[in-house]
Amino acid sequence: MTNNLRVKSSKFIDETYKISFKFNNKTYYGYKGDTLASALLANNIHLVGRSFKYHRPRGIMTAGSEEPNAIVQLHKNTSRTEPNVRATEIEIYEGLEASSQNCWPSVNFDLGAINNFLSPVLPAGFYYKTFMWPASFWEKYEFFIRKSAGLGKSPTEPDPDIYEHKYIHCDVLIIGAGISGIIAAKTSAKNGFKTLLVDEKPLLGGSTIYQNSEHFKINNQISSSWLEKEINEIKKIDNLEIKTRTSVAAFHGYNFLLARENLTDHLPLHQRDGKVRHRLLKIRAKKVISATGSLERPLVFDNNDRPGILLSSAIEKYSNLFGVACGQKNIIFTNNDSAYETAISLFQKGINIEAIIDNRENVDSKLVKEIEKNNIKIYKGYTVVNTFGYKRINKISIMQLSKDGQKVVGSKISIDCDCLGMSGGWTPAVHLFTQSGGKLKFRDEDQVFIPDTYPSDQISIGSCNGEFTLDEILSSISKKLKDFLNIKKTEYENLEIQSHFNKTKRNIWLLPSDKIIGKTKPFVDYQNDATAKDIKLALREGFRSIEHVKRYTTTGMGTDQGKLGNMHALGIISETAGSKMGELGTTTFRPPYTPLTFGTIVGRNVGEYFDVFRKTPIHDWHVENKAKFENVGQWKRAWFYPKENEGMHEAVQRESKAARDSAGILDASTLGKIDIQGTDASEFLNRVYTNAWSKLAIGKCRYGLMLNEDGMVYDDGVTTRLDENHYIMTTTTGGAANVLGKLEDYLQTEWPELDVYLTSVTDHYATISVCGPNSKKIISKVIPNLDLSDDKFPHMSFKDTKIDKVKCRVMRISFTGEQSFEINVQANYGKSVWDKCMQAGKEFNITPYGTETMHLLRAEKGFIIVGQDTDATMTPIDLQMDWMVSKKKYDFIGKRSLYRSDTIREDRKQLIGLVTENPKEVLEEGAQIVADANKSPVEMLGHVTSSYYSPNLEKSIALGVVKGGKNMMGQKLIIPMENKQINVTVTDPVFLDKENKRLNA
Amino acid sequence: MFLIHCPYCGEREQSEFKAGGEAHIVRPKQPTELSDDQWAEYLFMRKNIKGVQFERWVHTHGCRKWFNMVRDTSNDEIKAIYKMGEKPPTKYK
Ligand SMILES: [Zn+2]
Repeated sequence: MTNNLRVKSSKFIDETYKISFKFNNKTYYGYKGDTLASALLANNIHLVGRSFKYHRPRGIMTAGSEEPNAIVQLHKNTSRTEPNVRATEIEIYEGLEASSQNCWPSVNFDLGAINNFLSPVLPAGFYYKTFMWPASFWEKYEFFIRKSAGLGKSPTEPDPDIYEHKYIHCDVLIIGAGISGIIAAKTSAKNGFKTLLVDEKPLLGGSTIYQNSEHFKINNQISSSWLEKEINEIKKIDNLEIKTRTSVAAFHGYNFLLARENLTDHLPLHQRDGKVRHRLLKIRAKKVISATGSLERPLVFDNNDRPGILLSSAIEKYSNLFGVACGQKNIIFTNNDSAYETAISLFQKGINIEAIIDNRENVDSKLVKEIEKNNIKIYKGYTVVNTFGYKRINKISIMQLSKDGQKVVGSKISIDCDCLGMSGGWTPAVHLFTQSGGKLKFRDEDQVFIPDTYPSDQISIGSCNGEFTLDEILSSISKKLKDFLNIKKTEYENLEIQSHFNKTKRNIWLLPSDKIIGKTKPFVDYQNDATAKDIKLALREGFRSIEHVKRYTTTGMGTDQGKLGNMHALGIISETAGSKMGELGTTTFRPPYTPLTFGTIVGRNVGEYFDVFRKTPIHDWHVENKAKFENVGQWKRAWFYPKENEGMHEAVQRESKAARDSAGILDASTLGKIDIQGTDASEFLNRVYTNAWSKLAIGKCRYGLMLNEDGMVYDDGVTTRLDENHYIMTTTTGGAANVLGKLEDYLQTEWPELDVYLTSVTDHYATISVCGPNSKKIISKVIPNLDLSDDKFPHMSFKDTKIDKVKCRVMRISFTGEQSFEINVQANYGKSVWDKCMQAGKEFNITPYGTETMHLLRAEKGFIIVGQDTDATMTPIDLQMDWMVSKKKYDFIGKRSLYRSDTIREDRKQLIGLVTENPKEVLEEGAQIVADANKSPVEMLGHVTSSYYSPNLEKSIALGVVKGGKNMMGQKLIIPMENKQINVTVTDPVFLDKENKRLNA
Repeated sequence: MFLIHCPYCGEREQSEFKAGGEAHIVRPKQPTELSDDQWAEYLFMRKNIKGVQFERWVHTHGCRKWFNMVRDTSNDEIKAIYKMGEKPPTKYK
C-alpha cells in the first residue's frame, strides 16, 4: 500500500514547500497548508490515540475544532509542551513534534485496552460506584486512573511565550467567515459601520471556499469562485478589520465577547521568540452577527468509533482542501443528501467509492442521480449494523431498516472498506448564542435546535440559524441584514442561485441492530466513551434530567464538550423516556467554546505583575536592611528583620525585648487614614463608633470600635480630633478601603442630611512609630523644640510641629503598651524622618521591628487584632470590651443587635487569655480547645486565635475564644494535638502591665 | 458583562461597579423601639427575586456614588437607573 495518499493537487496546499514533522517519534512529511491531521492522513495514518475509558483505538474523525479523538501532546518534556491540542486544528511547521496522549505504553500496544474486554463491568457511573469504597483505597485507584487515563501532561517549566490582552470596540462584530459571514461583513463595512470579522481558521470562506461542484452556483459561477472574488474585495475595505486564527471563546451579556487570536502557533519554534503568542481580545460590540456555521452529526450504530470512520464532510474537506484521500475503498453512510456532495467530489478526483448506504428509502435528487449514473451502488433504506477491524476499519455489515426504522430486517450484507464516511445531518453551532443568554427552539421537521429569542442586539445567519442550503442562506440574507443594520439595500438582493440539494432526512438517533443493545457499542461521546447503552442504563436507574444523565454518563464532558454527541444523547433520552425533544431542554454550553491556555487568560499579569502591590515610602530601607516581608491586603509590610543566622523566632524575640527594654521603631504607614470634615463630623462618628465622640477635646485621640449592623466587630482604630469639625480616622491596614466604602454607603444612603465629607489620605502620610522607655529621649533629639512632658503632651493626644522645615503631626498613642510617639509626615519625607529617628536612636539601640513583633507586643497587652482574634461572629461584649460600648447613646451602627436573644447568650464564645502548664510550650494558632478530651463526641469549646512565646514575660501566652470563657477564669482546659494533649489555664487576656504604668514610664 | 450607565459619569463597564443588595430597605429611625423579630426583618430578610428587582449599586472605581437600579435578574436587562433619594419608577412595581 502506498503511503502517500495525495490526490490531484489542491490550490490551498503548497506542494513545493515540504515540511518535516514527528509523530510518536517517527519523522513524516507534509506540505505548507496542512494540518497535522491532513498530513497524517496523507501518510495513511488514522490511528492517533486511545479512548478514555476502554482504551479503544481511535482515529481522526473530523476536520475541525469539534474533534473528539485526535488530541495530541506537542513537544513533550519541553517548556513549550502543550496537551489536548486537536490535530485537526494545528497547522504543521518545520520541527513540529506531536505524540498520542491517552495510551500507555504506546498507541499500538496499550495495556489499558484490557478495559475494552472488561467493558461489561465498566458501565455508566462505574467510577462513581466502585471507587467510593473503601475510601482508603483511593491512593491505589488514583495511581491506576492517572497512569492509564491520560488527558495529557501539563508543562513543568515556566512558559517562555508572551501573551497579551487587547480591548476592541466596534459597531458590528461578525463571528465566522463562511459565505454568510463574508456577505455580512461586506454589507456592514460598506455601510460605514466599524466592522470586525473573526474566524478560527487560517483561511476565509468556510466550507464554500473549497466547494467545487457544478451543482452549486451563484450568478452562474461556481460558488467558490464567486466567494473568492467577494473575499478579495473585502480585504480592501478600510473600516473592516479581519482576524483569522481567532476563535471566540465566550459570548457574555451586553455583547461582551472574549476571543483568542492565535499569532505564532503555526510558526517553527525558533521563529516564535519575542513574539506575542496569543492575544485575548475583549470585544465590546454594538451589534453581533453570528455566522458560526454548523457541525455534521455522526450516526450512532454498533462500533461506530473505529479508526477510518470519519464524518462525511471531513472526508470531503480533506480531499478538496488538502488534496488527501482518507481511504482507497470508501463507503459513505448517510441519512441525508449532503453526503452525496462528498461522494461526487471523491468520484471527480478519481477516489474509489465502494457503496453508499442511505437510511432513506426513496431518494431521487439530482445529487443521488449523478451517483447512480456513475454506477456507484446505493443501498437505500439500509443501515450499518456493525464494523470490523481493530486498528483500522476493514469491513462493515449492513441490513435493511424496517418501515418504522425501529428494527433491521432481511439478511446481512458485508462490504470491505478502509474508510467509512458518515453523515447524520447537521447541528447548528448555537453554542455562543446560548452563552449570550439566547433561548433556542426545536424544529421538528429536521430535529434541530435553532435560535429563538435574542437577549442583546444580535442575529444568527446561515447554517447556525438552521439554513443549511445555499439557496436558503442567500435568499434570506439580504432582508435580514437590512432589518438588522437598518439599511435600505444590499448588493445581494437578486442573486441567481443554483442549488441541487434535497432537504429530506431520515433521522434515527440510535440506529437499530440485529443484536440486543447490551451486546453493542454504539458510541455517543467518543472522547469519554459514553455509549447509547450507558444513557439507557442511566434512565433505567432513575435519572431523568439531562444535566444528571450528562454527569452520570460523562456524555459531553470531554475537552470537546460534546460538540458531536450531545444531540444524540438528547434524542436517545427523549425516545427512551417518551418525552418530546423540545421540552427536554439542552445542557448548558459553557465558555470557552474551545479551550484556552492559562497564558492567554493571564496575559501580561505574570510574575511581579500578577497582582498590584503597595509599598510604603520607607520600603527601600526595609529591603536594604534585609527585612522579610508579609502581604497585608495589597501592602508589602516588613515582617521581621533577621540578623546573621537568625530565623523568624530569634529575630522576633530580640525585637520584642528591645522594644520594651529600650526602644523600637515600626513603619506604620500602611494603616488606613480617612480625613473626615464637616459640621456634622462629630455626630457622624457618634453613629458609626460604639463609643461617644462629641466630648472629645480638640487635640485628643480616642480608640474606636466599629460594628456591622449585626453587632459584630468590623474594624477598629484611633481617631483624632484635629479641629472643631475635622477628624482623622485610622483603620486597620487591610480594612481601609472597605471601611471607607461602608462609611460612604451610610452617608449617601441613610444619612444624606449629614454635612460630612470623607477622603482617603492613607497614601499621603508616612507613619513612623517609636516606642519604648527611651522613645521620649529619641523624639526629643529629633524634634528638640517640642515639649514632651506628660502634662503638656499626655497619652492619647497629638501635636502639630515641624522637623526642620517639614510640617508633621506627632501622636502619642500606643499599640504596644509602651510609651510611643507616632510621627505622621508627608509621604515623600518619610524616609528621611525614619533615618533621623534611627540616627537619634543609635545610642539607645533603637531596633526596627516588623509586624510579627508588633503582634507579639500587643498580645502581651491583650489588644485584639480585628480579623485574627475576631471573625465576624464576635461582639464587643464577647471581646470583654463592654467599656467601649456607650450606654448613653441612643443609636449607633449595630447597637440594636447587641441585645438580640442570640447576642446576649451567656455561652457565646468569648475572648480569654491562655497560659500553658509548661511555660515553654507554645500553642498552635487555630488549635481546638476542649474541657474533656475523652468524652465522645468531644465538645469543642473554642480555639486559639493568637499565640506567642513572650520574651518579656519569659513564658508562652495565647489569646483564644471559648464558650462562656468570661466565667472560666482559672479553669483548666485541654488543647488536644495530633500526638499529645497540652494543659492550659484560662486567664485574663491582659498579660503585661495591667495598670498601664509603662505608658508614662 | 453589563454596561452600566452611572447617573454621574455615564456608561461604564460593570467591573467598575459593585452591587449592594436590595434597594429601598430603610434603616429604622428608632431601632431601640423594635422587637427582635422586627429588627431581624430589617437586618436579614431580602426578597432575592427572579425577575424585576430593585437594587443598590455603587461606582466603586469611579465617582464612588451610590445609585439605584431596576434589573431583571432572569436576563440581566437593566430597566432603569436613578439616583439615591429619587422615587423609584412606578411601572416596574
Ligand atoms: Zn460614576
